[in-house]
Amino acid sequence: MPPDGWFRRKSKFAPAPAAQIVAQVPDGVAIKCAQCSEIIFTKDFEKNLKVCPHCGSHHRLTAAERIAYTVDEGSWVELFANLRSVDPLHFKEYDSKLAKSVQVTGLGDGFVVGTAAVSGLPLVLGVSDFRFMGGSMGSVAGEKVARAMEEGIARRLPVVLFTASGGARMQEGLLSLMQMAKTSAAAARLAEAKLPYIVVMTDATMAGVLASYASLGDIHLAEPGALIGFAGARVVAQATVQKPPEDYQTAEWQLGRGQIDSIVPRRDLPQTLATLLSLLTGRASVNTGGLNG
Amino acid sequence: MASLNVLDFEKSIAELDENLSKLHQIVEDRNNPQNKPDLAGQIAELEEHRTALLSALFANLTPWDKVLLARHVKRPYTLDYVGAIFEDWTELHGDRMFADDGAIVAGLAKLDGQPVAVIGHQKGRDLKQRQQRNFGSARPEGFRKAGRIMQMAAKFGIPVVTLIDTAAAAADIAADERGISEAIARSMFEMATLPVPIVSIIIGEGGSGGALGIAVADRVLMLEHAVYSVIPPEGCAAILWRDPERKSDAAAALNLTAQRALELCIIDDIVPEPLGGAHRDWAESAESVKAALLQSLRPLTGIPAPTLVAQRYEKFRRMGRFTELEGV
Ligand SMILES: [Zn+2]
Repeated sequence: MPPDGWFRRKSKFAPAPAAQIVAQVPDGVAIKCAQCSEIIFTKDFEKNLKVCPHCGSHHRLTAAERIAYTVDEGSWVELFANLRSVDPLHFKEYDSKLAKSVQVTGLGDGFVVGTAAVSGLPLVLGVSDFRFMGGSMGSVAGEKVARAMEEGIARRLPVVLFTASGGARMQEGLLSLMQMAKTSAAAARLAEAKLPYIVVMTDATMAGVLASYASLGDIHLAEPGALIGFAGARVVAQATVQKPPEDYQTAEWQLGRGQIDSIVPRRDLPQTLATLLSLLTGRASVNTGGLNG
Repeated sequence: MASLNVLDFEKSIAELDENLSKLHQIVEDRNNPQNKPDLAGQIAELEEHRTALLSALFANLTPWDKVLLARHVKRPYTLDYVGAIFEDWTELHGDRMFADDGAIVAGLAKLDGQPVAVIGHQKGRDLKQRQQRNFGSARPEGFRKAGRIMQMAAKFGIPVVTLIDTAAAAADIAADERGISEAIARSMFEMATLPVPIVSIIIGEGGSGGALGIAVADRVLMLEHAVYSVIPPEGCAAILWRDPERKSDAAAALNLTAQRALELCIIDDIVPEPLGGAHRDWAESAESVKAALLQSLRPLTGIPAPTLVAQRYEKFRRMGRFTELEGV
């Protein structure tokens, strides 16, 4: 898992991580957009689903916010919430990092799975929370992704996963690496069962996650400006002579390289998901609209 | 650091080797009227000393020593094994979409008379070869070529053997542009349901996704001194200690040796290397790899495809360590 800093970039396309939203005006009444430096009232920021009203930068969401912004009210039922990471390699500071992430996020690990409905259409939903050790995929995240897909197969439901991850979790060594194989194999089973699998790539979707289940969807959506790429900036710089283009590894750049079906603004995502799920399953949603982008 | 071909911890061996070869030279020099029996005794003594020293050195290798051995320029590469192990090797090029990636070789061959598809990372030894092979770092085309050959193997019911030896997949902008992530993911996805036996052996470096991308197999083997890791030790050290030079500490932390991989149930078996490492005796290494491949493939042939695929799924499905709390 490369450090968060590897994915931080100054470009008009890429949003800054939510953690950078500092400069808290007294009592958290307002925040400063780390991308455009404009001051936004917290109330407006949240009403705008944490998209900056000035520059359109999509700031990172917690898993809970993502679920709230995406699914029909009252439809969410969390599954497999009892899974917890262990420290099988007794890796330097892993225990304390886990404990801190649990404390900060209130989550058991960085990936949340459940069943829900979007515009009345049932689905299995998985959401990665970047705050939890950069959304890195260790044994628990890999297990939950695989279980989400198996749940979809068992219940004949489509699977929608929101990705946000720096990649495989270094602290579990090979056990993390193998989650790439495990999740890809589960995606293959889901495909054999002919159930829709939609990936929504959010900031940042990198390395071992992008190189496994995140790249195996029937449909790949992305949020505007999301950082999406294989290697972190330092590794790319070592491997390439030329300077990367300004928009390198953004959702927009990946769209142009054929890796993404559509870039969808956060506000439109529930509608777009409902439309796609309706089209792919033949089930009628409560209301439908067109695919944006 | 002395020569590129001699690792630091092998220096004492290299000195012995040099002395031994000097003595041999003297003996072989027929014009030299020197007293041979005395030298024969010296040679035998030196050789005994050498074996003892090698045994001692190799009984106490650190994880970082293993990284160096796995990267050793004299270590046999995929095509060195292919030439020694298989018959009728016929290399097949290209992904039919963009290019032929020199970092992954693929083709058909016979193993003990039976057709197999062979796919492996290929490193280069000199500068020209290294550039041609992209230092063994596969580009999207390499994984797509591998996928094409595996699908053909499946079509004709031919088992697949993959040889793993890469530091990492290509991480340059061009590789990203052509979908390196998708190519790796797709390869694992397709291997997961491939209806023929697959055996993978890590012969040198098993570098993260670039390695696993062609190692989703029914049986995964590792050579005794090969390494398999989620991240290169240098990268890990840079993150953990902000110091790439602490790579040996990182190598230990990552549990990247074959011995640890076996304990963690990541691999199925360890394939022994000649005393002193694969680079000291290519023929013996090839014999060892061939025997291991045959032994692994034999029980897989004849298993009905659906059973085989189901077992492969379960194998990877079980990987990982976590706990499940009660009452949550
Ligand atoms: Zn802004």
